Amino acid sequence: MLKTHPVTRTVLWVVAALVSIWLVAPSLIVIPLSFTDKASLVFPPTGWSLRWYESFLTNPQWTAALGNSLLIAVLVAALATVLGLLAALGLRQMANKKVIAGLTFGLLAPMVVPGIVVAIGLYAVFLTLGLVGTLLGFVLAHTVLALPFTVVAITAGFAGFDARLELAAMSLGASRVTTFLRVTLPNIVPGMVSGALFAFVTSFDEVMLSLFIKSPYLNTLPVMMYSSVTRDTDPTLAAAATVILLITTVLVIAGLSLTGRKKRVTRAN
Amino acid sequence: MSHEPTNRGAEIRLDRVSKHYPKSIALDQVSLTVKPGEFMTFLGPSGSGKTTTLNLIAGFTDLTTGNVRIDGNRMDDVPVHKRDLGIVFQHYALFPHLSVFENVAFPLARRKTPKADAVRLVHGALETAGLDGFGDRYPAELSGGQQQRVALARALVFQPKVLLLDEPLGALDKNLRERLQLELRRIHQEVGRTFVFVTHDQEEALTLSDRIAVFNEGRIEQVGTAQDLYERPASLFVAGFIGESTMVPSASGAETTVIRPEHGELFPPGAELPAGFRGVPVTVRQSVYLGSGWKHEIVLDHPGHTRTPG
Amino acid sequence: MTETALIGGARQPKAPRASSGRAWLLLLPAYALLLGVFVYPVLESVWRSVSDPTLGLDNYVWALSNENNVGVILRTFGNGLLATAICLALAYPYAYLMTIVGARARVALVVIALIPFWTSLMIRTFAWIVLLQDNGVVNTLLGAIGVGPLELLRTNTGVIIGLSQVLMPFMVLPLYAVMSGIDLRLVTAARSLGARPSVAFLKVFVPLSMPGVIAGSLLVFIQALGFYVTPALLGSPADSMLAQSIYAQVSGLLQWGRGGALGVILLVVTVLLLAVIGLIARVSGRRGINVKVL
Repeated sequence: MLKTHPVTRTVLWVVAALVSIWLVAPSLIVIPLSFTDKASLVFPPTGWSLRWYESFLTNPQWTAALGNSLLIAVLVAALATVLGLLAALGLRQMANKKVIAGLTFGLLAPMVVPGIVVAIGLYAVFLTLGLVGTLLGFVLAHTVLALPFTVVAITAGFAGFDARLELAAMSLGASRVTTFLRVTLPNIVPGMVSGALFAFVTSFDEVMLSLFIKSPYLNTLPVMMYSSVTRDTDPTLAAAATVILLITTVLVIAGLSLTGRKKRVTRAN
Repeated sequence: MSHEPTNRGAEIRLDRVSKHYPKSIALDQVSLTVKPGEFMTFLGPSGSGKTTTLNLIAGFTDLTTGNVRIDGNRMDDVPVHKRDLGIVFQHYALFPHLSVFENVAFPLARRKTPKADAVRLVHGALETAGLDGFGDRYPAELSGGQQQRVALARALVFQPKVLLLDEPLGALDKNLRERLQLELRRIHQEVGRTFVFVTHDQEEALTLSDRIAVFNEGRIEQVGTAQDLYERPASLFVAGFIGESTMVPSASGAETTVIRPEHGELFPPGAELPAGFRGVPVTVRQSVYLGSGWKHEIVLDHPGHTRTPG
Repeated sequence: MTETALIGGARQPKAPRASSGRAWLLLLPAYALLLGVFVYPVLESVWRSVSDPTLGLDNYVWALSNENNVGVILRTFGNGLLATAICLALAYPYAYLMTIVGARARVALVVIALIPFWTSLMIRTFAWIVLLQDNGVVNTLLGAIGVGPLELLRTNTGVIIGLSQVLMPFMVLPLYAVMSGIDLRLVTAARSLGARPSVAFLKVFVPLSMPGVIAGSLLVFIQALGFYVTPALLGSPADSMLAQSIYAQVSGLLQWGRGGALGVILLVVTVLLLAVIGLIARVSGRRGINVKVL
């Protein structure tokens, strides 16, 4: 810790506090807003009711979108984690550092290419293949965007894993398969969990690609919100937003506490 | 161990073993036999080939030429997990996600040891290692010395014929290291297995070993008992690496006399030498009192050749 | 060199592994997806930009000469620069505070900086609509101090406010990554050599943090260039940004070639800026400063 003049420190804390409010507070206003009793987005609300949750949960369009989003996100998390794990295992077995760097870069590319550029190309390809508005189309498109996150998280898990443990396991009589299942895998589970979480949230929040590949028959929650925002100002949106906020928060806290507990044990050596 | 060993240690035979890397030669035509039940130490500086040799015996690296035999069987195509060697790693390599008990039980589970036997063996091994009551802890909750004992228990619990130890005490502080050295000797005598111990610490090597192989630049300079190496070093490298000495080159430069500190005596200039002594003019750089005696750092006045006393 | 390398000397053996053929096989599924659902579509739009409706560079001529497009491109760059500047001004003191406080406060600051990552972009944008509307919270506050009401929603000001908030984490994290690697004893050393605290900070800390400043700025700028949702919902169609124009061309007008050309321009600028980041990371890596951007 650096010794800092008390005035400087105070100024820094004031700035940090304002920045924190600026980062977090805006998203939180959707929560009180969802409990308003008026049919407008006036903040702060003057009266309270649950009517917008009722409207959200009884409208088949909203519930279908929520169901689709959850289903797609779960499938994407699973697929991206499996593909990411395989890729990370492959990268780990390679010796040439330049080849590894090049292949890793390739896997991370979807993270840096502007979404709109991918979106219009994907739209064109999906139109010809008949994948627009299909579950498969959504899962494939979202998995490409989620893959970089699982690759990064699982590769990081391997980086923190002491490869000598595998030698030790083999010297103690474990075959290669047993070594992987009993020693390697348990130690990279935290990386896989956080990768899967990132993948889930990436898919659950995705708007750009989904705007192009949606159809009247298959829609996701963020796309519903997008078109709803552009159409009217209805507090059902706030209820939808609060539901999304709740789902991601629960997931992230569950994931963090899970990986946190693992890490305590992994901190040996 | 809680029950009688069913067999003794194995013999390890290295026959002209080499390990080449694309840009370097780690090991060059090394031959060596480790006798059954022997405590053999591989001693040498960093990069001398001692750890490479250990890795070749363990099967962690493939050799370029030559072969390794354990009890007469060639190991060429035997994978690591079928070699039945106990290995203790420098940084212990304990499985962080398993408890101490589960760590030690790991090799028994791989050998499908019946559960009741396994529990008994693990408790016995933990007892031998002085870790009674630590079974439920996780490695992260143990001190360095305790972790080292777990590693030892884990490597011995399945009664391998050979135990390979790769600088197992390197990360510990001096006191603990000396205590564990004595314990290692005791365990070696108790289990009667072949121990191959890698270290760069000559004192440790002299304390522990039946025989020592001195490695240098990918070759073995000399194999022998501690006494052999100290009193009859086969090369200048061995003489310099083991113990302290003053090296006096001959007039021609072709030969060198190695004088151990306890075999030399310092006299003031011009003093009468006792019979049988040969004098070499030196300058004392500094003197340090060690309690049991003095230690003098001396420099030859004529490093090129010796002079007879006048 | 690590301690192990010094003591052990010999190479650390890896567990014996199968041939490199199997390594490639393990990478195959991920790369198959990448090629089919990412590389091929991007190439498809590049192809359409030079072939739809006729083969040639007509679409690029249109993209770079049409007055409206030039305005969009300039506005996109301008908005990106402004958002980047705002992010830097706010994130620098924030990240600096993260490096000098104790562990517990640091964790809290990291968590706060990460929360936006976990909050849906749609929600954040929706929240800004509520806040910035004519009778929204921001205008109420402005009214209380005697300013306004200002028109914020459906203006470029609203877009910049939203962009800077949404992109803030991309500035904080690289800045913190670089700053946390700076040895603060250097600043203390500068003080012991007679520098006033402010001088020590400006002459030692700030130059050492430059890789983070540049990496964070480029990252925010790149993201701002390609942003769609926030500008589309907070801005007016009259001052749209590049991604909106692309969307309008493809989705509304079915002008695949023109949309593709604008997309390729965006892609090329992005790749060039990324190359700059890579270069900076490599140069500072050679000077022993690690830049962890992503």
